Amino acid sequence: MAYTHTIGARRYSFPDLKTVMAKATPERSGDRLAGLAAESAEERVAARMLLAELPLKTFLTEALIPYEADEVTRLIVDSHDAAAFAPVAHLTVGDFRNWLLSDAADSATLAALAPGLTPEMAAAVSKLMRNQDLILAAKKCRVVTAFRNTLGLPGRLAVRLQPNHPTDDARGIAASMLDGLLYGAGDAVIGINPASDNLSAIADLLRLMDSVRERFAIPTQSCVLTHVTNALELIGRGAPVDLVFQSVAGTEQANAGFGVSLALLDEAHQAALALKRGTLGDNVLYFETGQGSALSANAHWGVDQQTCEARAYAVARRFRPLLVNTVVGFIGPEYLYDGKQIIRAGLEDHFCGKLLGLPMGCDICYTNHAEADQDDMDTLLTLLAAAGVNFIISVPGADDIMLNYQSTSFHDALYVRELLGLKRAPEFEAWLESMRITAGDGRLLPPSGELPLLGLFPEAA
Amino acid sequence: MSAQRFPYDVKLLVTVDPWAELAKHTAARIALGRCGGSLPTAETLRFALSHAQARDAVHSPLDTVQLAAGLAEAGFSTVTVASAARDRTEYLQRPDYGRRLASPSHVRLVAAADKGADVVLVIGDGLSSRAIARHALPFVLELRPLLEHAGLTLGPLVLATQARVALGDEVGELLHARFVVMLIGERPGLSSPDSMGLYLTHAPRVGRMDAERNCISNVRPEGLPYRAAAHKLAWLLDAAGKLGATGVGLKDESDSARLATAGEGRLGG
Repeated sequence: MAYTHTIGARRYSFPDLKTVMAKATPERSGDRLAGLAAESAEERVAARMLLAELPLKTFLTEALIPYEADEVTRLIVDSHDAAAFAPVAHLTVGDFRNWLLSDAADSATLAALAPGLTPEMAAAVSKLMRNQDLILAAKKCRVVTAFRNTLGLPGRLAVRLQPNHPTDDARGIAASMLDGLLYGAGDAVIGINPASDNLSAIADLLRLMDSVRERFAIPTQSCVLTHVTNALELIGRGAPVDLVFQSVAGTEQANAGFGVSLALLDEAHQAALALKRGTLGDNVLYFETGQGSALSANAHWGVDQQTCEARAYAVARRFRPLLVNTVVGFIGPEYLYDGKQIIRAGLEDHFCGKLLGLPMGCDICYTNHAEADQDDMDTLLTLLAAAGVNFIISVPGADDIMLNYQSTSFHDALYVRELLGLKRAPEFEAWLESMRITAGDGRLLPPSGELPLLGLFPEAA
Repeated sequence: MSAQRFPYDVKLLVTVDPWAELAKHTAARIALGRCGGSLPTAETLRFALSHAQARDAVHSPLDTVQLAAGLAEAGFSTVTVASAARDRTEYLQRPDYGRRLASPSHVRLVAAADKGADVVLVIGDGLSSRAIARHALPFVLELRPLLEHAGLTLGPLVLATQARVALGDEVGELLHARFVVMLIGERPGLSSPDSMGLYLTHAPRVGRMDAERNCISNVRPEGLPYRAAAHKLAWLLDAAGKLGATGVGLKDESDSARLATAGEGRLGG
């Protein structure tokens, strides 16, 4: 079915729904690269006006990617909760935006609605929202998860401590890990991106993190971000796997490019659950996503990159993950060109993920060939913290020496806590105080040679 | 914590971390100290300098005239070409343009083609012109005797601007090369603004996939030194010649250094 919208004397015509969605998307280099972007600023607004008038229900009857050809579409359609959708079933996309910003859409209502929304509905409404709308509506969504601590509570912000090292050197990783803990980071997860795919090297990293966690009774979880098949093998070998990690995307074909399917993720989920390592909860998965991954795998079906990204959240939510984060600026300027595009994408991803019921975090980051710098990261960090992001990524000094990109630093997390009064996960906050790292108000204490944690490296004590 | 009297003692403005000793274990930016919870001025500027150098590596144009002169002095003949990306801004947003030759360059290579060499080296700016300006010539000097020893003929060196890895496919195809090796500036990190990558492709032609190449990365004196990289490449050329292919089917069994199939990325984790 063709869609048309007339502005003055000009009639804009779009052959199908996915084209309306793509043309309505705020400017970004990846959609231009894919040949999907609006050709003029007016065409973009025409597509948005058309989108605003479409009933939300349209997305239940008109699949952007065919049901028969894509298991992610099948997952979205087959798991749709019509009863949960009922309260908004009569709304257009434009009405839905108005409703999201109204007092009627409170935290409890939004939580109940989440299973009734599809990723395409979330993506569609986000295209009509300004940055402030994305922030305000996301702030009302509350998603709480637990493993060894509780994440996502109101007024809290957690941090993934990312102590990467280019050769996976144990002392180098331990030094960065200690630095992060002493700066009060690590409640979301201590998560290493390994340089090696070697299973015994990965098992060594898992044992290193687990021994530190046990020795100091740290109420957190650890993860080596390796392929899900490696995690399954390591579980089989008895390695201490807390969380199973995987990168996921929004189409079956893009997931195949990552070497995963829903069935494989199911298997990994069951294996991780069976370990029963969580003490407070059984959210055992960790997913990373990012706009552009489907295009990068040449598996986007003519669907814009932001909608593909929202579809990845349907994959993630099936498995009740502890953590999901978009790696927003990592993919490079051919997908998100500059700070403006990265900031917008970060806010969209966080909003769509939260609206769909995910414990959404963000790796606020950029590469050196993007038109962005640390000032842009400060802006996105501040906006996401205001929007209630569940967690962020932190690396020492914002400089990841293994992956060669810039994220946020332990200091950046302290900045945003100070600015907005955000606390850590309650269990972790109490532990930091018991370790004489922080005072009762969560601020770092003046340094002392008697920090128990320095016992990890006797030479530093 | 304690109230300070005016004038403030500048030494007390920055809280020093007592674990500075641990910095010897990693190049990561640890034990930076803090003012309140924020980064001290000195580290803010040190970081800014690293980022500035990485940005300059991306955006400074490759001086092909100087590089060609250096190569000519060492006895190499060169051809200079450009990709279809007109400038850096377009190059960064349209990797597809960076993989194809601009039409005048295509014409020039058609004219330059003869019966073909075993190996054609393409030297492309990629994402770090600094890497190429610094490492291309000394690396090629290490490689030349190894190729001669292996009895492999070397075609003209092709200097390419606004180049992506796959540009080598079109160049190699036009020059009827058995192998194309792309020397290219890698995406700069804060601690490595000038790292060079080598991509080896057998039977180059437009449309080759990344999985059909082998990659040697981080070529620079502080990473994989020139001589070690040249030996590794020579080993791969020999093995690929016997196998009749490059890419995932060709596993590096030379010594210890790093080799990965091209196209691996973080999201693939």
